[in-house]
Amino acid sequence: MSGNWTRFNIVSIVLGFAFLYLPIVLLVVFSFNESRLVTVWGGFSTKWYVSLFNNQGLMDAAWVTIRVGFISATVATVLGTLAALALTRYTRFRGRILFSGMVFAPLVMPEVITGLSLLLLFVAIGLDRGFFTVTLAHITFSMCFVAVVVQSRLMTFDRSLEEAAMDLGAPPVKTFFQITLPVILPAIVSGWMLAFTLSLDDLVIASFTSGPGATTLPMKIYSQVRLGVTPEINAACTLLIAIVAVGVIIASVANKRREVQRARDEQAAQRG
Amino acid sequence: MADTAVSSSPAVAAAQAAPVASGTLLGAITGRLVIVVPYLWLLVFFLVPFAIVFKISLSQTAIAMPPYTPVFTGMSDFAGKIGDFTADNYRILYCDFAGLVGLSGARAYCESFALDVFFDSPYIAPAYVSSIWIAGISTFLALLIAYPIAYGMARAPASIRPTLLMLVILPFWTSFLIRVYAWIGILKPEGLLNQVLLATGIIDTPLVILNTHTAIFIGIVYSYLPFMVLPLYSSLEKMDYSLIDAAQDLGCPPISAFWKITFPLSLPGVVAGCMLVFIPAVGEFVIPDLLGGSETLMIGKTLWNEFNANRDWPVSSAVAVILLLILIVPIMIFQNAQARAQEQGR
Repeated sequence: MSGNWTRFNIVSIVLGFAFLYLPIVLLVVFSFNESRLVTVWGGFSTKWYVSLFNNQGLMDAAWVTIRVGFISATVATVLGTLAALALTRYTRFRGRILFSGMVFAPLVMPEVITGLSLLLLFVAIGLDRGFFTVTLAHITFSMCFVAVVVQSRLMTFDRSLEEAAMDLGAPPVKTFFQITLPVILPAIVSGWMLAFTLSLDDLVIASFTSGPGATTLPMKIYSQVRLGVTPEINAACTLLIAIVAVGVIIASVANKRREVQRARDEQAAQRG
Repeated sequence: MADTAVSSSPAVAAAQAAPVASGTLLGAITGRLVIVVPYLWLLVFFLVPFAIVFKISLSQTAIAMPPYTPVFTGMSDFAGKIGDFTADNYRILYCDFAGLVGLSGARAYCESFALDVFFDSPYIAPAYVSSIWIAGISTFLALLIAYPIAYGMARAPASIRPTLLMLVILPFWTSFLIRVYAWIGILKPEGLLNQVLLATGIIDTPLVILNTHTAIFIGIVYSYLPFMVLPLYSSLEKMDYSLIDAAQDLGCPPISAFWKITFPLSLPGVVAGCMLVFIPAVGEFVIPDLLGGSETLMIGKTLWNEFNANRDWPVSSAVAVILLLILIVPIMIFQNAQARAQEQGR
């Protein structure tokens, strides 16, 4: 019996995925609704996308969000990768428990606490709230997610490759860039993407740490959602989902292609 | 490790464990940088801010910008101003809590500090209590829903497992705010759920779900479901299913085999998943704010309002400190689970 994929297994997966995806699908469908009433279908229309692009406030916020996301994801990827290397390669150093605590705690820390504490730090050191402070805040929490992603790849990494390179006289830095980095690159790329989406996504921490002139898209969406559900917001959300979906699809296709290539190389190596 | 005593900062000392294969000076220096850079960043932007929150929770409220009187500005200032610390903000929380549990002896004490208003109409302590039980119930519901999904994924043919895994992760990549927002259109009285239920004749009058606790449960379970499924899946996938076969061959009924074998073996995943859902859910702001309506109390919302609407930074800092103390045990459990997983992966 067991070892089979039972009907119960299939039904629970189908229902689970329906629960996960139905709300998103409905949101996307109703962004193409002619009617202003979000829940009554009034025919197909793309007019909300047109009015979205004419909404200067939303467009400005989108631009701020993309810049914050790009900078913070890039810095967080560097810092997170370093943290992952520190955690996997250096098993004994003073303060390691504190360090791993500081890497893992932000993953579950309620956002209101992170946001409040960072804001108080910025006020205490006299940094004006704005673009720079949101970016710093986003780097801090997203680097921990990058660290976890890269760390899980590093743990399955075959260390003998590095040792072989160094036995052959390659200095550690060169070994890292020529052996380690190419192997963990997929994890670093998905870490970057995760950091970027986390930044794109964040409302609470941005609201605490941002200032005038640096309103991010989630802050803008939130202030409009509080006034009621509008098709224009549905359209904005659909575009965000589309951007993320395209990114994920490109990444997975690239990943697949790389794997196929690797399998081919291995076969060629075995034949040769 | 005699040389570690020489250096004072933990971050510098941190780097002193030699990397496995660094014979060269350059290797030693880069080895240090690998640890020191992220270490310092997290110290400055994660640990120091908590110290500041604690500091401000001990200062007095002021109508100014920033709206608190600095307790001290530097270490030299610290000794002179030590008397300026005030426990006022914690006293407010104490009176609030005493009022909630009806600690009658505390009323006179609160009155003597002119805090009897908190005693008579507590609003912070009830928010803590309802946050914990809302998060607890949501975590249990999420476990109930996620377990069959994770189990189904773990038993799926190996060829489609990566696809299923990707499908679980995918919603996580779409905005949290958007996913919560999507539920407003579904749950509101004239929303899609009621339309379907009315049209099919299952109900006669629209259900009121939006702005109730039910809506918050749905929101939390929905938003955090991937966090529950993933750790469950990773521990269920590793399981040796021949154990179940053996149990069944020996006449153990499936349900009892589940409770005696499958569930105990998946326990690390259960613990990690529950912590990943429970801890952020306690401090959740967006879900209670958008789906819970004005009368639902949750501590994340209370903190936000104290801070943004009442502009009372010291009290909101005290609220944050107590919230952190409440969550410290679950966070430690989570850390231990992470550390153990790390050891196993080695």
